[in-house]
Amino acid sequence: MTMTTPGTAARYIGQSVRRKEDRRLLTGHGLYVDDVSLPGMLHAAFLRSEVAKATITKLDVTAARALPGVVAVFTWEDFNGRFGEAWHSMLGEELIVPPPLAIGDVRHVGDPIALVVAESRYLAEDALDLIELDLDVVTPAVDYATAAADTEHLVHAGWGLPSNAMVDVPFMPLSGDLDEAFAAAAHVIECTIRQNRYVPVPMEARGIVASWTSGRDEMEIVAATQSVHEARNFFARYLGIPEGNITVSARDVGGGFGQKMFVFREECAVVLASRLLERPVKWIEDRRENLMAAGHSRNELGKVRLAIDDDHVIQAIAIDHVADVGAYPICPAVADLQLLPGPYKIPRLGFSMSMVWTNTMGKAAYRGPWMFETTAREMAIDHAARTLGIDPVELRRKNLLSSPDLPFTSPAGNVFQEITPLETLDQALEMLDYEAFRAEQAAARAEGRLLGLGICVYVEPTSMNVPSLGTEGATVRIESSGKVVAYLGTTSHGQSIETTMAQIVADQLGVSYDDVTVVQGETQSTPYGPGTGGSRTAVVAGGAAREAALVVRDKVLAVAAHSLEASPADLEIEHGNVFVKGTPTKSLTMRDVAKAAYTHAQDLPADIGTGLEATVRFRPTQFPTWSNATHLCVVEIDRDTCIPRILRYIVSEDCGRMINPGVVEGQIFGGVVQGIGGVLLEDFVYDADGNPLTTTFVDYLLPTTTEVPMIEIGHIETDSTTNPGGYKGMGEGGAIGAHAAVANAVGDALAHLGINANSTPLGPNDIHRLLVEAGAD
Amino acid sequence: MPELPVSVIVNGVSRTAVVEPRKTLADFLRDDCRLTGTHLGCEHGVCGACTVILDGRAVRSCLVFAVQAEGSEITTVEGLATDGELSAVQAAFESEHGLQCGFCTPGFVVSVTALLEQHPDPTDDEIREGLSGNLCRCTGYQGILRAVRVAAEATKARTA
Repeated sequence: MTMTTPGTAARYIGQSVRRKEDRRLLTGHGLYVDDVSLPGMLHAAFLRSEVAKATITKLDVTAARALPGVVAVFTWEDFNGRFGEAWHSMLGEELIVPPPLAIGDVRHVGDPIALVVAESRYLAEDALDLIELDLDVVTPAVDYATAAADTEHLVHAGWGLPSNAMVDVPFMPLSGDLDEAFAAAAHVIECTIRQNRYVPVPMEARGIVASWTSGRDEMEIVAATQSVHEARNFFARYLGIPEGNITVSARDVGGGFGQKMFVFREECAVVLASRLLERPVKWIEDRRENLMAAGHSRNELGKVRLAIDDDHVIQAIAIDHVADVGAYPICPAVADLQLLPGPYKIPRLGFSMSMVWTNTMGKAAYRGPWMFETTAREMAIDHAARTLGIDPVELRRKNLLSSPDLPFTSPAGNVFQEITPLETLDQALEMLDYEAFRAEQAAARAEGRLLGLGICVYVEPTSMNVPSLGTEGATVRIESSGKVVAYLGTTSHGQSIETTMAQIVADQLGVSYDDVTVVQGETQSTPYGPGTGGSRTAVVAGGAAREAALVVRDKVLAVAAHSLEASPADLEIEHGNVFVKGTPTKSLTMRDVAKAAYTHAQDLPADIGTGLEATVRFRPTQFPTWSNATHLCVVEIDRDTCIPRILRYIVSEDCGRMINPGVVEGQIFGGVVQGIGGVLLEDFVYDADGNPLTTTFVDYLLPTTTEVPMIEIGHIETDSTTNPGGYKGMGEGGAIGAHAAVANAVGDALAHLGINANSTPLGPNDIHRLLVEAGAD
Repeated sequence: MPELPVSVIVNGVSRTAVVEPRKTLADFLRDDCRLTGTHLGCEHGVCGACTVILDGRAVRSCLVFAVQAEGSEITTVEGLATDGELSAVQAAFESEHGLQCGFCTPGFVVSVTALLEQHPDPTDDEIREGLSGNLCRCTGYQGILRAVRVAAEATKARTA
């Protein structure tokens, strides 16, 4: 498409303007799914499996159905044959959402078996206790590192599948001379990097209100979702009714981080229940369910090999990768191994890949679902530096890309442009004062203290062209009052979209930020959008909002030119007034223009009397839009308690032109703290029998105010050329970079004791174990 | 289960209902009073999203039964702004980017309000300790910690 040049200088873009979302959220007037109450609404609760693998030998719901206040108890037989196709546009028709309730057997703890619908949630939960369930328990497959080769304990034996390997890609050299490079290398470094299972944990758990009206064949859904449009499209297929008969809305969503990107089997069950009962049904999951059964993440390992020459140039990188996808993966996204060389000039690559079913909760998307490539590479590079006895900064400097190297084509064919890996490393090291840190570290070690620095440099593929994610739509309309509404296909769950998109529209139209309202998160009035995720809103939705506003701007100028008897080229718009350049007295307000365009349209020439509204679908010129960053983390480990404490955390990042620096930094802060949690505090643990041990906030520890450092951020703004605003995505980067940075900091703090800390988590117990093993406790 | 009457004053308004003894204060506020600003993030007393002020003390309304609050005065997040003007704490959260998705925000705003009443001039350690019972997953607490400092200064200036 043609990219229009904006006519007015940026006034809001680049400013940390106050958020449009804040006033309602700060005063308790947000509208989350649990705040919705409809006449006649019923409440749902699930009976879930308490064991990892079993055959259901008895399921009797008679007593539960008889409890006063219980309206229905559903099992699989009630839903069988009553739904249609169950797939998502983004994931493809082959990946089917599992049946809403278990059919004859259970395959992980939390597997939903029955659904009680009652007059209150208290009563629904009472009824769960009255369901008679007998199970024939069998040995599950729990450890993903061994499950692929395990032909005795098959997760999907019930489907007749002969193996636990969901995907098994044998080793593929992407470079013809990979073997030669390893054979010729002065140093071949090998290590196994393991990342633990940690989970998204939005503060609002999952929830849905489904309301079927039989006389009109209409389904109205309010859900905690990242994609109202995809939920609508999904349920149109699922229920076999036209999309137009379904409304999905999500005004406020309390976080998602990937977990709420796709429709869940529980949501399917609630929708079916509403259709069968012809009444509104609400399901709000509790925290135990969310931790146990809303989708898990990470839990991957890689055996990494690096071929390094005498000059410490990395000549090749290879990985044998294994990922746990649980029993029913919701989104089986794992490490993007094509991106393993990351922001380095490494010329050769090879990998194998194994995705393994286990009798645990299925994999969900979580902020940078492919990020293990960064963790594996950055931890392996630190391992290599330790092994070779060289400075990890120098090893990175020698191999990192910087602006003069661009464009650069990676061995997997990724073309990098407008990225600044070496520049961000340099900026971050300057913010730290690297030389001073190493001196301080040497002094600390001499005193017996454990002080370490972790580094992580990465590129982030934002706004990717995976199926359905390539475009976004926006409708911009100037209303009869002269105020502006932008209708977007996005679904915000904390990204400040109402704010940033209003900044873009206001700047393009020359109107006040306060005069722009953004409508999103509902399907009836907004253009299709595939969902808010994948760090794509700024680039793709921002592009759509910008281009639609510019079309409307041209319409405004045409109408005003007619009224003012001037040429559109001689007009300017500022502060909502259209005026002749150099003659500010000859002007119209936006309300005057709207009146001319709508109320007196018949007085305008036919070609310009068409209102002040435009819809544009936008597609970036290239995929993905690359952004990049360097993270530095300084950790000190207490010798007595083994508690690691973060002393400094520095991010230098390049997300292109920033729409709102406050929003950018907020996204980075949140992502970084999720990564800190994943290494130092959070660990979702199953025992050998597949029982989850961390299903409360007392066992699954989120970072709190007492653990987080004040995070320092440096910006490098290199405009992207994939979109006219110059934006790059950045929603996931904080979470991508933080894991390896924190793990490497702990590793560096322990390195001089001969310890290679290559597995996470690295909390006090793990550090204590490493010290004991090294004889250094 | 026999139901019992509850009478409380919420944000200055008298509220009466007949509830089951097992009904939590949080559910009473949300369902019976239709004050849905008080959020439930864990229902086991850790996340702090449901924090309200009960007779002057910040409490987790998921761990209090409604009948236990009989005769009490309760302030929820809906009761902090006056005549449409944000309280000093709310204004500081807005100016310092102390919220993103907003789900934990009511609990934080109420907790900070109570914290500053007890410690009008808190040290950084007192702020961090005072908020360690509230979980946020979006902000990394950075804007929240800044907001508490700004709110403390604003409150001091207002009362000076």
